[in-house]
Amino acid sequence: MSSDPTVLHAGSLALKPGYADHAADALRDLRQSGDAVDFRLDHHHDVASTIQLGFWIYLMSDCLLFSGLFATYALLNSHTAGGPAASQLFDLPDVLTETMFLLFSSFTCGLATLAMSADRRNATVGWLAVTFVLGLGFIGMEVREFAHMVAIGAGPGRSAFLSSFFTLVATHGLHVTCGLIFMAVMMAAVLKKGLTPTNRARLVNLSLFWHFLDIIWVGVFSLVYLFGVAHR
Amino acid sequence: MLGKLTLSAIPYTNPIIMGAVAFMLICVAAVLGAITYLGKWKYLWTEWLTSVDHKKIGIMYLILAGIMLLRGFADALMMRAQQALSYGSNMGYLPPGHFDQVFSAHGTIMIFFMAMPFIIGLMNCILPLQIGARDVAFPLMNNLSLWLTAAGAVLVNVSLAVGNFSRAGWLGFAPLSELHYSPGVGVDYWIWALQISGIGTTLTGVNFIATILKMRAPGMKLMRMPVFAWASLCTSILIVAAFPLLTVTLALLTMDRYLGMHFFTNSLGGDPMMYINLIWIWGHPEVYILILPLFGVYSEIVPTFSGKRLFGYTSMVYATMAISVLSLIVWLHHFFTMGNGADVNAFFGITTMIIAVPTGVKIFNWLLTMYRGRVRLETPMLWTIGFLITFTIGGMSGVLLAEPPADFVLHNSLFLVAHFHNVIIGGVVFGIFAGVTYWAPKIFGFRLNERLGRAAFWCWFIGFYVAFMPLYALGLMGATRRMDHYDVAAWHPLFIVAACGAAIIFSGIILQVAQVVVSIRQRELTRDLTGDPWNGRTLEWSLPSPAPAYNFARIPVVRDRDAFWDMKQRGVDLKGATFVPIHMPRNKAAGFIIGGCAFVLAFAMIWHIWWLAIAALAGVIVTLIRHAFDEDRDYHLGAEEVRRVEALHGRVAARST
Repeated sequence: MSSDPTVLHAGSLALKPGYADHAADALRDLRQSGDAVDFRLDHHHDVASTIQLGFWIYLMSDCLLFSGLFATYALLNSHTAGGPAASQLFDLPDVLTETMFLLFSSFTCGLATLAMSADRRNATVGWLAVTFVLGLGFIGMEVREFAHMVAIGAGPGRSAFLSSFFTLVATHGLHVTCGLIFMAVMMAAVLKKGLTPTNRARLVNLSLFWHFLDIIWVGVFSLVYLFGVAHR
Repeated sequence: MLGKLTLSAIPYTNPIIMGAVAFMLICVAAVLGAITYLGKWKYLWTEWLTSVDHKKIGIMYLILAGIMLLRGFADALMMRAQQALSYGSNMGYLPPGHFDQVFSAHGTIMIFFMAMPFIIGLMNCILPLQIGARDVAFPLMNNLSLWLTAAGAVLVNVSLAVGNFSRAGWLGFAPLSELHYSPGVGVDYWIWALQISGIGTTLTGVNFIATILKMRAPGMKLMRMPVFAWASLCTSILIVAAFPLLTVTLALLTMDRYLGMHFFTNSLGGDPMMYINLIWIWGHPEVYILILPLFGVYSEIVPTFSGKRLFGYTSMVYATMAISVLSLIVWLHHFFTMGNGADVNAFFGITTMIIAVPTGVKIFNWLLTMYRGRVRLETPMLWTIGFLITFTIGGMSGVLLAEPPADFVLHNSLFLVAHFHNVIIGGVVFGIFAGVTYWAPKIFGFRLNERLGRAAFWCWFIGFYVAFMPLYALGLMGATRRMDHYDVAAWHPLFIVAACGAAIIFSGIILQVAQVVVSIRQRELTRDLTGDPWNGRTLEWSLPSPAPAYNFARIPVVRDRDAFWDMKQRGVDLKGATFVPIHMPRNKAAGFIIGGCAFVLAFAMIWHIWWLAIAALAGVIVTLIRHAFDEDRDYHLGAEEVRRVEALHGRVAARST
């Protein structure tokens, strides 16, 4: 360390936890100009981590959105207004199959992320494609369930219970659909441009989103379907 | 083809509405004509509408808020005039259905399209400068937030000319807002305007949390941030915590109205009380989303104009956090009378009263900052002192309302109306004017006219008391809110006094419009050449006014709270010798296009024009995907260009070594 007081200051910054990188940058600036103690020429923020933080915050806001829908369902699920109740409507084996589609898609989404980390472009796209097909299967089964319920007169307008059921489950389904569009776009982007830093950051966000929807579905499966049938 | 939309949707038989519409159209035509005449379309598009510069986005928010303030205030004048006239055999000039639209529009506009754009505009203009950042975390998303908010504001104004607006109050309580009781398009206008602007606000919250947590200058630890930055952080967290609930509530009401569901109907198991709970779980935090940034503004103004450090910085930060947390557990005090039982009421009454404690801490901190300071009574300080007096009175009437037994008497009365205007005008509106006056040199490059500003302050301050103190009395005398007519002789004089108060406030607003015009015309006289007109303490004042596009040519290293004050004490030279290229985001049209599509989507949904709604939604998705593949997003501003701009502001030193 030199006897120059400005360098001393930069050095003392390094003693504070978390400021080592600032001090290193400050020292580098010092070589470029005479005023590095009070100013830095540039301050590199980690863009990828900022984007990821932003995406996490968005996911938490989405989580709160679902909390509103869950609370509404919890209140209204007994308001059947003389119409069919949960225990008369749900077909657990079907819902379990549907759930498995989504859980396995989460697994294959994880495999896609691993392939990305290993720089294997085609494997990444391949696992994404498997995830996509499983997600599509999930949506297909959900639409079939909805169509069946509407056909037997248990549509969303029948009672407050059914309104809240359809809205909660369909909001999740809508999210999965958005995830599928996101996934299709990402497959095209990776095929076109490869595993660029931008694409990598987005793939991480996509997998966060997909796992998040999985967690929400675990809530739906437990609270809506299992509890619904448990009161039979 | 056009859904429910026919020519009869335009209320051309109503002279009041048609007059307002004609006035609006003339204003719009005049602005568009002026832009065309001056040949500024390209400039407007490339430099402003598509701008990702937080300072320009902030200015556009401020303009939007200013225009909507005029619109919302026009509604206020109409209500005051109606209530001053409509006594006994005189029915006033507004039929009940129209009066209901006026108060619904007034509340909706003032909260969502006046107060929110003002605070988000101030945050945009100032926050990145205060924390030593060159931009916000997500610049294009910032632009998108603006246009979503603007789309909502335009929808509210379109409802004046095409169809009608909601008659169900600013929060659209169910079941009144259900299809059965409000069959027209009014509630739909309200739903979609709020839904779209609400999503924009949520994105703003995400953006500012990421900006504050990730982009502070080196050395600016959280506990060295200016209090305005702390307040903005707390507000952004509350936005992200509360606005999704607004989205859900509006979406459920939409399901009821569009798909015949039964969330809040009073048939087939629907539960209207759930609507009241859900909307206030968002609504009460919203009140603090509005006031916290202004608490931050006052915390910047008081130290600057007292020539002292802020008294009790740490307690100010903790008080802000405490208010944020408490704001989430008081919502039920909005409906004590709706049968929740004594225990539940007691819990929410107590949490409500507890909020007075951290708020009181803040009031004392401001007072003690002024104590033994060299207080300069410039206009921002006048607004601040006006706030301290007015807000304290409003706060006390709030504590009174927090008592469930008292609330049973005062609920839904004009006492309540007086209370919340007491805190919103005294706290939020005064704070907005204080902040705009204080930061005008930084935002626009010149100070606002002092004489007109002071005159406007006195009109607002006196006008507020004349307009709202009678409402306290009227509330205690039993007058309910939202009345278009009454027969009680004792009320009439007080309503006339209140109308006079509104007229005094109106003169204040006219003076403010004049202030803006005069300040722009005489800008060369008040131009801020130093960048630090008030002897400021925080980093924004270390920059030239207005700040260059990249904000900081060199990022300051922060060593203390009041970072710029510390730099001035140490005699730090603001002139730089070496410059490097600066990474900048490129302006993009995507935000504006998505905002436009959102407007069309909402309009189509309101009028049941399904094909257009689908097309607009497709427009949103296609724009998003196209943007995902757009790689031309940023560029580097060359070091020589940076040096040239800095030299214009006299900020370049001769190379020392």
